[in-house]
Parts: sequence; structure tokens; C-alpha cells
Amino acid sequence: MAGLAVLALEDGSIFKGTAIGAEGSSSGEVVFNTSMTGYQEILTDPSYAQQIITLTYPHIGNTGTNEEDNESEKVWASGLVIRDLPLVASNWRKQQTLDEFLKQRNVVAIAEIDTRRLTRLLRDKGPLNGCLLSGQALQDGGEEQATELAKQFPGLKGMDLAKVVSVDKSYSWDGGVWDIAQGYLSASESRFNVVAYDFGVKQNILRMLAARGCQVTVVPAETPAAEVLAMNPDGIFLSNGPGDPEPCDYAIAASKEFLDQGIPLFGICLGCQLLAIACGANTIKMRLGHHGANHPVQDLRDNTVLITSQNHGFAVDGETLPDNLEVTHKSLFDGSLQGIERTDKPAFGFQGHPEASPGPHDVAPLFDHFIELMDNQSNSANKPAQVAASS
Amino acid sequence: MPRRTDINSILILGAGPIIIGQACEFDYSGAQACQALKEEGYRVILVNSNPATIMTDPSMADATYIEPVKWRIVEKIIEKERPDAILPTMGGQTALNCALDLNRHGVLDKYDVELIGASCEAIDKAEDRELFDDAMTSIGLETPRHGMAHNMVQAHEALEEIGFPCIIRPSFTMGGTGGGIAYNKEEFDEICTRGLELSPTTELLIDESLIGWKEFELEVVRDKNDNCIIVCSIENFDAMGVHTGDSITVAPAQTLTDKEYQILRNAAIAVLREIGVETGGSNVQFAIDPTDGRLVIIEMNPRVSRSSALASKATGFPIARVAAKLAIGFTLDELRNEITGGVTPASFEPTIDYVVTKIPRFTFEKFSEANDRLTTQMKSVGEVMAIGRTFQESVQKALRGLEVGMCGFDPILDSGLSNAKEVLTRELTEVGAQRIWYIADAFRQDWSIKTIYDLSGIDPWLLVQIEDIVQVENEISKQQLADIDRDAFLRIKRKGFSDKRLAQLLGKTELEVQKYRQALGIRPVYKRVDTCAAEFVSSTAYMYSTYEEECEANPTDRQKIMVLGGGPNRIGQGIEFDYCCVHAALAMGEDGFETIMVNCNPETVSTDYNISDRLYFEPLTFEDVIEIAELEKPTGVIVQFGGQTPLNLVKRLEQAGVPVIGTPPDAIDRAEDRERFQQLIEKLNLKQPPNCTVRSVEESIEQANKISYPLVVRPSYVLGGRAMEIVYNEEELKRYMHNAVLVSNESPVLLDYFLSSAIEIDVDVVSDGNKVVVGAIMQHIEQAGIHSGDSACSLPPYNLAADVQNEIRDQVTRLALELGVIGLMNTQLAYQDGEIYVIEVNPRASRTVPFVSKCIGRSLAKVAARCMIGKSLEEQEFTHEIIPKTYAVKEAVFPFNKFPGVDPILGPEMKSTGEVMGVGTTFAEAYAKAQMGAGDVIETSGNAFVSVRDRDKDAVVEVAQRLKSLGYSLVATHGTAKVLEEAGLEVTGVNKVLEGRPHIVDMLKNDEIQVVFNTTEGKQAIADSSTIRRTALRHDVYCTTTIAGALAVCDAVEFGNNMSVYTIQQLHAELH
Repeated sequence: MAGLAVLALEDGSIFKGTAIGAEGSSSGEVVFNTSMTGYQEILTDPSYAQQIITLTYPHIGNTGTNEEDNESEKVWASGLVIRDLPLVASNWRKQQTLDEFLKQRNVVAIAEIDTRRLTRLLRDKGPLNGCLLSGQALQDGGEEQATELAKQFPGLKGMDLAKVVSVDKSYSWDGGVWDIAQGYLSASESRFNVVAYDFGVKQNILRMLAARGCQVTVVPAETPAAEVLAMNPDGIFLSNGPGDPEPCDYAIAASKEFLDQGIPLFGICLGCQLLAIACGANTIKMRLGHHGANHPVQDLRDNTVLITSQNHGFAVDGETLPDNLEVTHKSLFDGSLQGIERTDKPAFGFQGHPEASPGPHDVAPLFDHFIELMDNQSNSANKPAQVAASS
Repeated sequence: MPRRTDINSILILGAGPIIIGQACEFDYSGAQACQALKEEGYRVILVNSNPATIMTDPSMADATYIEPVKWRIVEKIIEKERPDAILPTMGGQTALNCALDLNRHGVLDKYDVELIGASCEAIDKAEDRELFDDAMTSIGLETPRHGMAHNMVQAHEALEEIGFPCIIRPSFTMGGTGGGIAYNKEEFDEICTRGLELSPTTELLIDESLIGWKEFELEVVRDKNDNCIIVCSIENFDAMGVHTGDSITVAPAQTLTDKEYQILRNAAIAVLREIGVETGGSNVQFAIDPTDGRLVIIEMNPRVSRSSALASKATGFPIARVAAKLAIGFTLDELRNEITGGVTPASFEPTIDYVVTKIPRFTFEKFSEANDRLTTQMKSVGEVMAIGRTFQESVQKALRGLEVGMCGFDPILDSGLSNAKEVLTRELTEVGAQRIWYIADAFRQDWSIKTIYDLSGIDPWLLVQIEDIVQVENEISKQQLADIDRDAFLRIKRKGFSDKRLAQLLGKTELEVQKYRQALGIRPVYKRVDTCAAEFVSSTAYMYSTYEEECEANPTDRQKIMVLGGGPNRIGQGIEFDYCCVHAALAMGEDGFETIMVNCNPETVSTDYNISDRLYFEPLTFEDVIEIAELEKPTGVIVQFGGQTPLNLVKRLEQAGVPVIGTPPDAIDRAEDRERFQQLIEKLNLKQPPNCTVRSVEESIEQANKISYPLVVRPSYVLGGRAMEIVYNEEELKRYMHNAVLVSNESPVLLDYFLSSAIEIDVDVVSDGNKVVVGAIMQHIEQAGIHSGDSACSLPPYNLAADVQNEIRDQVTRLALELGVIGLMNTQLAYQDGEIYVIEVNPRASRTVPFVSKCIGRSLAKVAARCMIGKSLEEQEFTHEIIPKTYAVKEAVFPFNKFPGVDPILGPEMKSTGEVMGVGTTFAEAYAKAQMGAGDVIETSGNAFVSVRDRDKDAVVEVAQRLKSLGYSLVATHGTAKVLEEAGLEVTGVNKVLEGRPHIVDMLKNDEIQVVFNTTEGKQAIADSSTIRRTALRHDVYCTTTIAGALAVCDAVEFGNNMSVYTIQQLHAELH
């Protein structure tokens, strides 16, 4: 029989279950995601840094894990909470079981708990800090210790995690998108030089850019604007990432600079919020965040509905938009702001995840829009639309 | 954009009778569509020949035609009603075919009616295999290697390309009728020949076999702005090769990564766009090669379907309702999901935090000659759905909800068999109805997952779940109940084990296990189906049980009535009982009670979200029901309406203190227990046919001689006429007794004198305990000996004297009062030689309740439910029998065309799956329409073949004379021919099959016979003549097997084609 594990929350709630993955202790903000597929992508999404993820679908690990489905080089989440870890993983692409994957990456996890009870709790109270304890750590201190550790966790409010998860050094990316028969394709011939700020970037964003003819240079979160401008970019990308956007003053300052320069700018999730702040808007912490792969978003310009992947607890406050920032998308669930575009500059952002992974591909055309902006820019600048010089 | 204002009236096409492949899920979708359109202010016109449906209730549409869904009839309706639009996507293949016919015959153009929901082009593109294949290729999707054939030469050419094994499917047939898998040339020729005959376009698709591939389905909804959402993904437990309707299925898909799932999602949406489904729901089926993920599109249905009904119940997203709204111009972003109280938008893709398992229910025991292996042709007659937090919990709930005598993974293999290995190998490879239990048995024999996977193609992820259950069972059976501690017991219950199964494993009674469990404080909790996995707060009151920490049921302290449903559909217990349950719930709701529905059948209206205040989607076993009852503490529980299923629980529920309302359970026992029933009959001075109970062959012969032949013989515990036979002599009796005694030493055999020329009568009454009101007297058309569910009947009786009817009224009234019936009672009687005999009394809802309700314009089920809560008939102003001025004929519909090789003869064992109703100012008109609605085409000229048993030789003359005067030429077997010649009729003699060639079957095959009248009796004679009836069936030649039926057919032919159409609302207005 597997060992016991406990999940304690800062409000004193205790969930007893079975230990899976690595044994030990881990604290973080406990959140949930309702996507029924894509646990590997979620675990490796840097946006989940310092969070303990509860997955609401009961069977997690059915297809095991494989090298292709990572969204970054490591598991960023602080822990995983599930209802049931299957006895076997079954899929022709499987390389490891989820349990092996977690152990290898030293991720503490718990199974066999009433995840729906936990989800309802988090829904009603908002994300709570929590602590997972299993193995020796549990025997040493027990539940009281877990509750204590949960209370000690400082929480994510006001935490600038972007620079924590970002790369140390810039690097270039040229891998293309995944194909069922051929695996990862090589990128198309590059036409644009794009600099991507890494606040916790998911690799599928880079793949989708590369597949559209972008030579991508990924830079650390705190890279100054001047350094980036020196690379002579055709476009700047502001990535997704964990935490609160407001402390990221360095990124906001850089974004302002790029806006002034009129360089095409595209932000996703945290990147979208940073763009909004750079334009003069405010962000707010949502009462109910969005955490699933099934959220309908309406494109306000043609009224079409897009099913999107969502993972955010902060949002741009629609009341604070300057005149030159147009709302392009809204959530059909709660009416919250989902997309913005500058009316006077080639800059836009999207709150959900157009790169999906996991989730539906409905919003992928936003990447094409970014390419379009770069195309327009190079035409208007009277530059021939040619293969950009490599940086 | 809001709804369209350029159309005002919409005609909805229903699905007609329940048949295999097209069941009550289309009542569920049709009823939703009616409501959705009506609430938008449209004038809704409905045509559906099935009187047992909720959608044909008079309040559902503005004008309801219970008329055949055939283009000629529908044209009359269009001419009369002049609708602006037709919605053809709610009534299954029947409605789509009817829409295509209306278009083909120019009716749509002539009356300027628009099809909404699907265009003819889209329907053609989806259904015509060649067009579909081209369409898929054009969007870069693969379809299986295949060929088309319009004749055998082309079929063989295609075979060259494809090779064995290959899958053969005829175009435009329902439920894959006539399809099959061929492994050799002989099978290939047989299936192709049959398929070409069955396809209305004489067209076959021959496919590369994808046997062993994984099968998935996606339910897609699209609006006119090209917004698409996936409502549900479904993974088949059974690998490719078994029709999806016959497959165990699981939702959501379990074994796909996100990357693979998104490929399916994108492909499904691309398919809808390419096919041109502009608005509404469709399902798209995929096969995936388990070794490399190669994806192939199998088919798509441009309409709501069985799968969409399942998906709706599985996710809490009402596909049909939304599809209807989209058809009238709404877009997804303008709609909310009403099930969640409008919390989630309709454009939200449901996400679920539980596992849904569907298991089909089969009925091979009624068709013993049928091939009971599952193929690409659908054979199941019903299904059960179960919800659990894990697959193990969900599948075990489904197994016990199926009501086939299993309470989980009960062993079915006799492990002592010397050829156990061979049996297992066959059962795992050639899929039958019980494969899932054989898989468990294989694990019990220590077979490995690998071995079982190699034989079955079932994904190891699913197999390991069963292996684990078997291992846990082994551990349990080594323990004593008292030694299992709370944690261990909880772990066991979390895997879905029923108390009953645990009792078996532990050598205890179910009650002992239940007591022990409850003493440990282990009770199920109830979670809600909310479409969003608890991400948002919703008010949905749709629940399932599980063993977790938090219960979300939150029962109210209102006065409440709980209705127990009928479980999975089967022959003998289907939509009619669900209809009654729905009406009971509606009536109780109208009277101010909170209503609670318990059922596990995903096809039904009773499990729709707006029928009751609270819905528990749970198996109808004692354990599952008592837990709900103890939590909810209802004021009353209604068990009378769900057929035998809830009645089987009555005693135990009463013992457990559950307040069962209505007729006291003892009355049911008095009606069912043979001795007590006899006492009842004697007490009231009524008659029943001479009868007795016997336990041995010798005793039976002795008693038979006293009663005299012919005899109806049956085991004492019999449901739906199972194993019932009529024997005409001692030899047949001996054979029956030998078999019966062999089958069961325990239960005695009943012998009844068979009233061979009696008229049979069905009477439904309702009683409040003090007063009895006759709902209707129905005269059967076929004479006694045919199961009442299979017999056509006429309301009012078409040739039964008034004084006999009055005597019947008196008798049934006395019966109901004596039994103390509160609610409904159905009585079957026979009238022969001036005497009335009581055959059977059932103090509960019967199959005819919806039919009667449609005819008399009052819902008997509602009246009965109100009687149960103490409202007198007087208070309800239902104090006298309502006798319609028009005739209504109910005709049964049979699944014989799905079971090649089965003799399509009627007998005491019920075989029909559904029914239709025909209405007319004369019996002839009503009968003609009923035949038409049942899908039978009676050729009105040509050769009529007549062959009757000796007993009918007198009566056959009248039939033959009428046929002659209707213009038929007569062909008869020699014995019958002689009788006809002696009566002065011109007739051509023909050989019986055993008399040498050419014989009657040759003539049938050469299309030289247009109608068949064939009566026969005795086991041997029936066997000898079965090829006649089977051949007639395959060649679509109308065939009747009773003299009474033959006379009714003459009436119908005489009446001709000049039928009028009537709305039910108009008919009812004339009654009140």
C-alpha cells in the first residue's frame, strides 16, 4: 500500500490521501484547473510556479508522459493534487508513467482525495496557501505541521515571480510545431526577427512563432529595452508568466519604450497585463480566476466565439483603459476583459492562451495577426519584406 | 442576432416508432425542440406516429399529428398547415429520410417550405459514402480504404483492392442494418447480397477493416456564425468492429493526450464545416491506430443522435434544445445553459469531474435463432448510463443498473468446464453481449492484460481497472465481514462495489453488509453534474452518488414525491413506462410537491433536467434507491409507473420503512401469485381458462388430458412472455416439459387451456380506492395467443358487442375494487363463445397507458398519480369513461430485419420494440395508417399468397373472396388451394418448401408474390414454414400470420390511400 499524504490549507482544512510522486514537503498557493487533458503541459507551465495544482478530472496520468509534451524544461508547480492515479498509463507515445515523471523531478503529490470538495472550497474562498506533506516529513510533524507550513507560505500577492522563472541568458529558438506523424517539425524559413521576453514562457508559443517564420530570441525578464532595441527586432513578444503583473516595473518600462518606438508588440496572459499597464490601464485581482481549457471568449469585432485555454487570477480592469486601448475580446462567462489592442500603435494582447497546449486551438490566428502587424510595419517602413537579417 | 422573424411556423418531424437503432432518445430530443421553439413564440407543428412519446402530448406543440412520418402524409400536413420551415434534425434517420423524400418529390418547392437545421445537400454529403469520402479528402482527412458497389460485380472488384477482413455497410440504412464484417468469400457474398437488397439506393460501402483500432466520438455543436463547440468526447471500451450503439462507451475520452485530443477536435469541427452543417448538433466518429495514432474518420451524423442524447446526459448540456435554438437563428453566445440555471453560457465547452459509462442492453434470449455476436449492425434495444468519480465506480454502477441479474463483475464462466480456455478465447475475440464479464473471468483465470488485449483490442488502461477489481474481490473473499475496518471498507466502496456483490464475496446477505456498512458510518454522498467541474456556482439539481467526503445534495424540507423510473429499455419495458413516470412527476410538480426522479436510462425524457425538481441518475437497485430515500425522506414514493423494475423493489422498500404510495404491494402479490389470483377470480364469480400447475412430465400429461389441448405452457415466473409456448398435442408438451424441467427443477410449469379463437381485450382503469373509471377498452386485432404487446389493437373495439363491453366494464371494476387498487390497473381478457375470461391482471401502469391517454385526451398517469396522493376521481373531475368518436389503432413494430434468420412469426413471447398509432374516422382508415406508420407497405395488386392451418380453413374463404374482389390473384399451397377451389375461387397452387421445386420461396425470391397470408401452428409446422416468412421479410413483402390480421388488411386495402390527417388537439376538443 502506498504511503499517506496530507494536504493542509491555511484555513485549517485537511485532506488526507495517498502519496504519489516524490516524498517530502512542499508549500504553495493551491489552485485548480478543470482541463480534462494536458496534465503534463500544465505541470511544466512556468505560470504555475509556486502553486500546488489541483486537477478536477479524476483520472490523471492515463497517458503517462513523454518528452514531446513538456512546455518548459522542468516542473514549475510546487505540487499536484488529484483524485486517482491510474494503475497503468496507456498511449503509444508514453515514455514514463506520471508517477515516475513526478519522482524524477522531485514533485510532491497527493491522490485519492475529494478533489471536488477542494475545488469548491477554492472556488468559494479564492486560492488558499497550502502545504503537501508525505513520507517521513509527514511522520515527523503530522497534520499540525502541514497547517503551520501552509500559514507560513507568504502567498503570491505582490510577488514578482516572473524574474524567478525567467532564463538567465538569452537564447535563440527555432523549433517548429508538433505533428502527429513527424513529431516536432523544423521551423519555416524565417522572415522576422522577434524578441520574446521570458516571464515564464511556454514553449508552444515559441514553436508557433517559429512556425510562422519568426527567428525568436528569448531574453530574460529584466532585459532593458535598449539592449533589445539594439537587436533591431521586427516584433516584441511579452510572454505569459506567474504572479502579479504590478511589481514587474522593469517589464512595464521596457514595454512603454517599445510602444513609443512603434515596434509591433504582442502579449499573452501576464504579457497582456503588462502591455495594458504600460498603456496606462490598471490590473485587478479577480474574485474568481479562470482555470480551464473550455472558456468561451468573444471576438468583439466579428462576434465569433472562441474556446480558449485560460489560467489567470489577475485581469486588466476594463474601467481603466485609455482611449487608445480598444477591448477586442471579452469572456462570455463573466464579461471580463480578454483582449486589447492599441488603436494608434501595432500592439495587442490576449488574456487567455492562444498557444493552447493544453487546450483548443481556436485563438491560434492571433499569432497570424502578430505576423500581419510585422508585415505592415516592414511595408510602411518601406523596407522590402525580406528575410530578416539574423541577430 | 435574435431569432428569425421571417418564419412563424415550424414543422418538426419525429422519429416514429421505437426500433433498434432509433429509440426514445428522439423523444427526448424532439420534446426539447418543441419546448425550445414554442417558448420563442413560433407555431409548432409536429408529426410523429409514436403515441408513447412525450413530444406528442397535446401541450407540447400547437398542432400535433400522430400520423405516419411518410412524405405523402407529411405533404397533406404541409398542405393543411402551410408551415414556413421544417426542422428535420430531431427525428433521427426517419426524419432525415422523410425530409429528403419531401425534397425529391418537389413538396418543399411546391409549398415553399425551408429546411432548417440541415440542408438536403448537407444530409446527402454526410450520408452518401462517396460524397462523404470526397469531402473528407478535400480537407485532408483520411477515411478507411474503401470501395463502392451497386452490384455484386463491383463488390468483388472492390474486394480485390481492400482484402479481408472487410466491413460492408449498405447506404441509407438505420443502425447499420444489413452491414457486417466478412472474413471470407462466403460471408462476403452473403452480406453483400443482403446489403444491396436493404439499401434504398442499392449501394454498398466496403471498407478496410479497422478491427482492433480505438474508437472515439465527438459531439459538436455549430451555429450560423461558424462558432463550434465540442460538448463531449466519448471513448469506446470495445475496439472498432462493434457498432457504437452496441459498444460500451466511456466519457470523457481517457487515453488521449491533449495534443491528440486537439487533433480530433480540430478535425471534428472541420468535418462539420465541410459537410455544411450550418446549425445544430452532429456527431463525428473516429478510429485511431493504437500503435501510431493514425487517425481515420468513420462517419458523421448531421443531426442529434443517440450519442448526443448520451452526451447531453453525461455533461449536463442539452444539445437538442440548443440545436433547436440555433436552427432559428440564435448564435451560441446568445444562449445560456438552462441546466446550470443559466450560470454557464451555451458556448462553454462542458468539462466534467466524473466518469460516465454506458452499457448497451441486449435481448438475444427472445430471438434464439439470431446471431448473438456483435458486429457493425446494431442489435441492442436499450442502454444504461452510470456516473461515478472513477471508471471503476462508474462501470460497476452501470453493470448493476443494467438489470440482467448482475450486481457487479459476477463470474459467468463455469470454471469447471474442460474447454474453459476455448470458451474464454472465443468470448474475448468474437464479441457477445457478455464480454465484459468474461474479461473479469479471464483475469480470474490469471490471464494477463497482454493476452486479453491481444484477443480483444480493449485498451490496457481499461483492462487494468477490471483486473484490479478482480484482485480486490479475491482479497475480500478471503476475509470476514467483521474484520474489514472502516478505511478498508471505504476503499472498497470507492471502487464501486455494491453491497450485494460484497455479500456474495463474503457469504453474507446484502442486508447484513448494508447494516455493517452503515454502522461504520459509510454512506454515499451526492455530487452535482454542473458542466464546469465546480469552477462556478450553479443551481443544477442533477446528482449522482459516490463515496467521497462532501455531500452536495442539500435536501429540502418540502413535501416531496419520489418517482422510480424503469431503467434501461428492453423489449416489454420501454418508453411507455417512462412516459408514465414523466407524467407522474409533472402532475406532482403541478400539485405543489417537490419531485425527485430516480433513473439510469440516458435515452429518456424522465432523465431530462426540467421534468423533476431533482434528478438522481442512479441504478434502480435496492441499495441505490434506499440511500436516496433515506437522505431525501420523501412524503411518498411512486413505484407503479416504471414497469417491473421498481415493482421488484417494493417489498424491501416497504420493509425498510419507505412510504410507497398507491396500490398496496399486497394487491400486486394477489394478482401475481397464481393461487391467490385463482381465489380472487372465484370470489368475484369470474372465469379464467382452465389451468393447473405441474412439476413433472408425467403430471403434466395427466393434467393436460383433463384440461384438453391446446395449452399455453410457461414457467411460473415469467416476464414479458419469456419461454411461453402454445402446445397442441402430447408430443409437443413432452418436449416442452423436458426442456423446462431441464432448465429449472425448482420452479413449476403452468398449463392454461388456450382459447384459440378468442378475441382478446385489454382494459386500462384508474381507481382512487372507492371509484373506478375505465380508461379504455381495446380490442386486439390478432386473436388470443399473440402477446398483448405484439398485437395490434383498436380503441374503441371495432367489432365487440356493446353488452359484452358492458360486462367487461363491470368485471374490471369489481376486480379493481376488490384488489384495492389506488392508481392504474390493466386487465387482459378473452372473449370466446359467449364467455369472458380473465387472463391477467396487473395493478400498475401498462404499456397502453400513453396510447389510451392520447385517444381520450386525459393523461391516465397523471390522474392515477393524483389518486395516490389522496385526490379522489371526483375531485379530479374524471368520473366517467371517455369513448372517442374516431378509431385509433395501435400497431406493434418488430426488429426482425435486424436478426436475419429469425422467424418473424408472432406468438406468446413479446418481440416488438415499439408501436405506432393510426387515427381514422373508420377502423379501416386507422388500421391502414397504423400499417403505414409501422413501415409496412401493402401492395394493393398482384399475387396474394394464402396458406393456412387446418383450423383456419373455414375462415380463409372469406379472406380469399375479399382479396379476389380487391383485385388480387390468389396463389395458395395445395391444401389451402383445395379449400378455395371448393368455394369456387380461382387459385394457382404452389408447392410448400418441402414439396419440391419450384416452391413458394422461389416465387417470393422472384418477386412474384405481393402479399403473404400465412397462419400456422405447432412447432414443426412453424419451423417448416418459417422460410416463407423470412423470405417475405427480406423482400419487403407484407406478411400477416393471423386470420384476423388478414381481414384487417383487407379493410385497409379497401380503404385505399385517401387518408385524412387529424391533429390530436382537434380530436380532443371533440371529446370534451
